[in-house]
Amino acid sequence: MIPSIKQSKLFNRLYISYLVWFFVFLAAPLIVVSVFAFNDSLFPSFPWQGGTLDWFFSDSGKKIGIFHDSELLGSIGLSIMIAFMATFFAVLVACSTAFLFERSDFPGKSLLYVLMLLPLVIPGVLLGVSILVFSSEIANYFEDYWMIDLEFLRPGITLVVVGQFAFITTISTLIIAARLRKFDRTLEEAALNLGASPFVAVLTITIPYLKPAIIGAAIVCFLMSFENFNTTFMLVGSDAPLTVAMFERLREGSTPVLNAISVLLMLGSGLLAIINISLQKKQQ
Amino acid sequence: MSAVTIAKKIRLGLWLLLAPLFLWLALLIILPHFELLAFSLIDPDDQGFTFEFYLEFFQEPLYWRTFLRTAVMSILATVLTLVIAFPVAFYIAKMLRGRSKGIVFAMCLIPFWVSELVRTFGWMILLRESGVISNFLQWSGLASGPVELLYTDATIMLGLVYTSMLFMVVPLVSTLDSLDDSYIEAGYDLGGSNWDVMREIIIPHAVPGIVSGCIIVFMLSLGNYLTPVLLGGKDSLWFTEQIYTQFITRFNWEQGSAFGLLLLLLSSLIVWAGLKATGQSFTKTMG
Repeated sequence: MIPSIKQSKLFNRLYISYLVWFFVFLAAPLIVVSVFAFNDSLFPSFPWQGGTLDWFFSDSGKKIGIFHDSELLGSIGLSIMIAFMATFFAVLVACSTAFLFERSDFPGKSLLYVLMLLPLVIPGVLLGVSILVFSSEIANYFEDYWMIDLEFLRPGITLVVVGQFAFITTISTLIIAARLRKFDRTLEEAALNLGASPFVAVLTITIPYLKPAIIGAAIVCFLMSFENFNTTFMLVGSDAPLTVAMFERLREGSTPVLNAISVLLMLGSGLLAIINISLQKKQQ
Repeated sequence: MSAVTIAKKIRLGLWLLLAPLFLWLALLIILPHFELLAFSLIDPDDQGFTFEFYLEFFQEPLYWRTFLRTAVMSILATVLTLVIAFPVAFYIAKMLRGRSKGIVFAMCLIPFWVSELVRTFGWMILLRESGVISNFLQWSGLASGPVELLYTDATIMLGLVYTSMLFMVVPLVSTLDSLDDSYIEAGYDLGGSNWDVMREIIIPHAVPGIVSGCIIVFMLSLGNYLTPVLLGGKDSLWFTEQIYTQFITRFNWEQGSAFGLLLLLLSSLIVWAGLKATGQSFTKTMG
């Protein structure tokens, strides 16, 4: 089954056709979503009524394009803001955690490492509700005993950021730690011998070395936050980020404006994916 | 600097690095789950200890049936994903070289950079009564009227397998990559058939990848909400939906907490059993 071992023609043909079908299966939903964004109809389905860009640019009538749909545009802005905040804190904590696990030894380190990995195996819905319950209890306590209303502990943007941070930090820690493991420490020692303080050595030698991993981790975090639904859905207040807004519209029955926004999302995440892949190539 | 001050500085540095990790894990992971546990075991009326929310789960057939159904369907989805992904991963890891390998692998990855919501929406357009496949069947004469393909268990299964595919392909490709071709050749030289080589050489080598892929896919299916709700409709009966209903719709946080912990227990148990059965460690599989 490897190139050096010859197989029958029939086997090879079946294998190749299986792969072709597999890629058709992977691509099919994305292709239909994109195609129907350009259908001049009120529903994302057949019959084909001719091509149009109305679902992107139209600003009046029955068809409101995505660039004029203030509700969806607002939710995109909100999602971007949430993603930026969650990513910033996640990468910051991930850097410090990566140094901790790669550079120092202390009792209980392996236990802590297992705990650090836990967010990967906790279902997102559960992570969301547990944070919801915990923060509400704290908020209730402050309200009952101190008469202080801690609005940010109630469902809303802050809790969404916190909930997403709780699991994307694990992922970015793993990415940054993997790069730090490959670092040649003699470079740092050279800087120390030349009179740099440990802090300066890390700042001028190690951090630049980690830069591709940090950017890569930030891209992954940003996307995971932007696209997250499960945890976000449990923690949202009255303002809906994009995934939640799209979900509500999907349930109501959708117009092709959702296809249009999907096309934009695909372009955006495709771009980020390409940046990330080329970054990884540079690292090697 | 004397040795003592350096030691002090190192200790200080250690604490500075530990603090954010500690706060993150304690405040966002550990304490919230203990809070959930407390909620599920304390009677809200008299603050006494109670098992009533767990008993409610076992007494109400809808609850435990949904739970079992979610578990069984997640296991089935995991097995299906493995079976579908394995030949693809093998082809990428062993049959392709250089540039074409990178391109085909990227083709597998890129769809998963797109939001799950968009992918599910795509399946809805394909499968619904007025959808692409229904139209195609009518046009080709295979069906006389519109065909509703949404809102069945098979649709949920399709969505789950599709959504988790990447998380199976990636670990499989990376373990199969590390298998030296000469072992496979040796298997054939010793007279093994395709099946023998597969069973005696390739699969045993791929076990770590299979285990980590299966664990991730199982967790993702079990915790999925979007796919069952959108593709399965009102009767999807997924356990995360029950948790959502208890928390957000019914505002019955005690019952919801009990459900949440049962889900966590089930997932930990199956992950543990999977690791135990194959002799893998959690840290190696996940990290």
